[in-house]
Amino acid sequence: MPLVDPPASDDGPRIGQVAYLDHAATTPVRPEALQAMLPWLQDRFGNPSGAHRVARDARAAVDGARDRVAALVGTEPSGVVFTSGGTESDNLAIGGVLRATPGAVVTGAAEHHAVLRAAEGFGSDVRHVPLDADGVVDLDRLEAVLDENVRVVSVMLVNNEIGTSQPIDRVAAIVRRRAPRALLHTDAVQAAPWLDLPVACAAADLISISAHKFGGPQGVGALAIRRGAELSPIVFGGGQERERRSGTHNVAGIAGMTAALAAVAEGREEEAARVAKLRERLADGLLAEIPESRETGARAGKVAGNCHIRFAGVEAEALLVLLDEGGVCASGGSACASGALEPSHVLLAMGLEPADATSSLRFSLGWTTTDADIDAALEVVPPAVAQLRRGGSR
Amino acid sequence: MRVLVAMSGGVDSSVAAAVLLEQGHRVTGVTMKLWGGASDSGCCSVADVDDAARVAQQLGIAHHVANFSDAFDRDVVAPYVADHAAGLTPNPCVACNRHLKFDRLLRRAEQLGFDAVATGHYARIEPPSQGRSQWTLRRGADPAKDQSYVLHMLGQAELAHVLFPVGDLPKAEVRARAADLGLRTAGKPDSQDVCFISRTGGREAFLGARIPLRPGAVVDTAGRPVGTVPAVQLVTVGQRRGLGVAGGPATRNDRRYALGVDVETSVVTVGTLDDLMTSAVEVAGMQWCGATPGAAARVEVQASAHGRPVPATWDGASTLLVDEPIRRVAPGQSVVLYERDAVLGGGAAA
Repeated sequence: MPLVDPPASDDGPRIGQVAYLDHAATTPVRPEALQAMLPWLQDRFGNPSGAHRVARDARAAVDGARDRVAALVGTEPSGVVFTSGGTESDNLAIGGVLRATPGAVVTGAAEHHAVLRAAEGFGSDVRHVPLDADGVVDLDRLEAVLDENVRVVSVMLVNNEIGTSQPIDRVAAIVRRRAPRALLHTDAVQAAPWLDLPVACAAADLISISAHKFGGPQGVGALAIRRGAELSPIVFGGGQERERRSGTHNVAGIAGMTAALAAVAEGREEEAARVAKLRERLADGLLAEIPESRETGARAGKVAGNCHIRFAGVEAEALLVLLDEGGVCASGGSACASGALEPSHVLLAMGLEPADATSSLRFSLGWTTTDADIDAALEVVPPAVAQLRRGGSR
Repeated sequence: MRVLVAMSGGVDSSVAAAVLLEQGHRVTGVTMKLWGGASDSGCCSVADVDDAARVAQQLGIAHHVANFSDAFDRDVVAPYVADHAAGLTPNPCVACNRHLKFDRLLRRAEQLGFDAVATGHYARIEPPSQGRSQWTLRRGADPAKDQSYVLHMLGQAELAHVLFPVGDLPKAEVRARAADLGLRTAGKPDSQDVCFISRTGGREAFLGARIPLRPGAVVDTAGRPVGTVPAVQLVTVGQRRGLGVAGGPATRNDRRYALGVDVETSVVTVGTLDDLMTSAVEVAGMQWCGATPGAAARVEVQASAHGRPVPATWDGASTLLVDEPIRRVAPGQSVVLYERDAVLGGGAAA
């Protein structure tokens, strides 16, 4: 048999050919984003830092994008720093503050690893706040770990695994009272399709977003910084982004992200209502069809796109293999560098036992999700769970 | 058949997957994540998982990662440490085959609806035929690479659902096939060491971090002190070097070997090569691949991974009488019984 190198790139599965229920991992690119990017991948180009008309054209595109992103997030344009994505934005927020004003950092225990590891990497005094049983940051415990040595507090707006939104306003009020010198960072990476960012993030000083979570391209994001927040750079070089983030701008990516963010904001309420209906059908269907299944976190506190279910006695790792064979793409929480599934730190932070934390799947819905995707999941998941519980033989 | 092939990221399992595809099987790759701690020698580092995933891409098959690190800690690493603490010489690769590859992974495969699990081991499995009613485990075709010794725990239930696609091939041909197919693992060196022990720290650092290593007295067969060792738990029966025995010129007759290790009293007894030789090997936990041989069965015995098989008589209970004396087998080491190239079964030296 002649074996060739990796299968030709156009052989892969397409949207519509699989039930893609992993929007919290990444979303398909929206047509608006693609259209906005194309000119910068074709005949328009340029390094925005240059001194000629080609450069000025790119510069105008980036600054126009900056104005729009600022408006869509609810900050000043001068505070928008374009980055390579959510992870860099989180690192810049935490590392940037700690480098400018050394002191303690406080994070939720269920933050994304980009926040947790940035806190470990840049901080020496790192404090964590556990979650309650519904996945919301325990505000009493938050109050207890805050003091005047704290320089930055990071609490995500929407949890990437269980979809629970956090009460940023109440967190902010406690931070202002107990840690007056601290800045409040929120990782809003999962929020854009579901929440009104200017309202939801109003109390945060630093806001991370990532384009590919809302229909933009991978590899671009932003940190929105409110006036007065002091940050030192963590990436050094040519001094772009007002010396806060060096590196030539990803002009096409920035254009695509901005168009995608505008598009999600435009139809957000209708789209969230549409997806919520699909999510109810999926979650209620799975819970009804599968004995000993439980939803994680109160549904009322979750964004419309998240469906997180625990299947008692089933290993998520094995279930994902059967779902993959059945054409259903979902996710099992956090994977380590090797791709092995680890017990989710989010679920452990909510007080679940490790066995429960490895028996759950996240289905995340988004702008491309249709009834057909839900039909496929409801057809494939229950027999897969039953097969694993039987111990085999189809 | 639907086959789940365990891909370590090495050349043997890469070619195993390719051979299965050539034979027309439906193949899925899986890499077991076994060891979470630091290691630079063996399998399941991030780089090895990457290699396995890239080979799967080259072959156009699906590839998954199975996180069995909890079971590995419980069934391989913890017993390894406990055995050393008790003065035994464990074989963690045998424990891994017994508990992980041919139990945990086999059950996972069955759960997922696969017909068989394949690995890149050098051994052969023969199905029942007219002459035989049972599955037979045989040595690999390449005598230098034969791994049947570490597979002796495979019983009929496992043998019926396990494939060794490279067991018929010489190693050189496996590498040649990998190169022909353009597999990126074609030139990767073989893994040699215990996968969870780093080359830099070795056994001593690994065990020292987990159990208190105690210095021990070295005595001769008359009980007279002749030296000391820094860590009694690291001494293996049959060992000659590092026993702290002062002596004259190292002529053959002056050499001293560890005859016994008593961790309770921290005493290592040493003696001459003659003292080390024995005609009887006691075996515990004997498991048979197929039929149980009766008393006075004539067998060949192999007591280390690449040791020379020697003729012996099995008493039908727990004792092997070797025709010619052999060096004492360190307690805990696998003792494997063969009939010509067929594995009869094995256990651990008592």
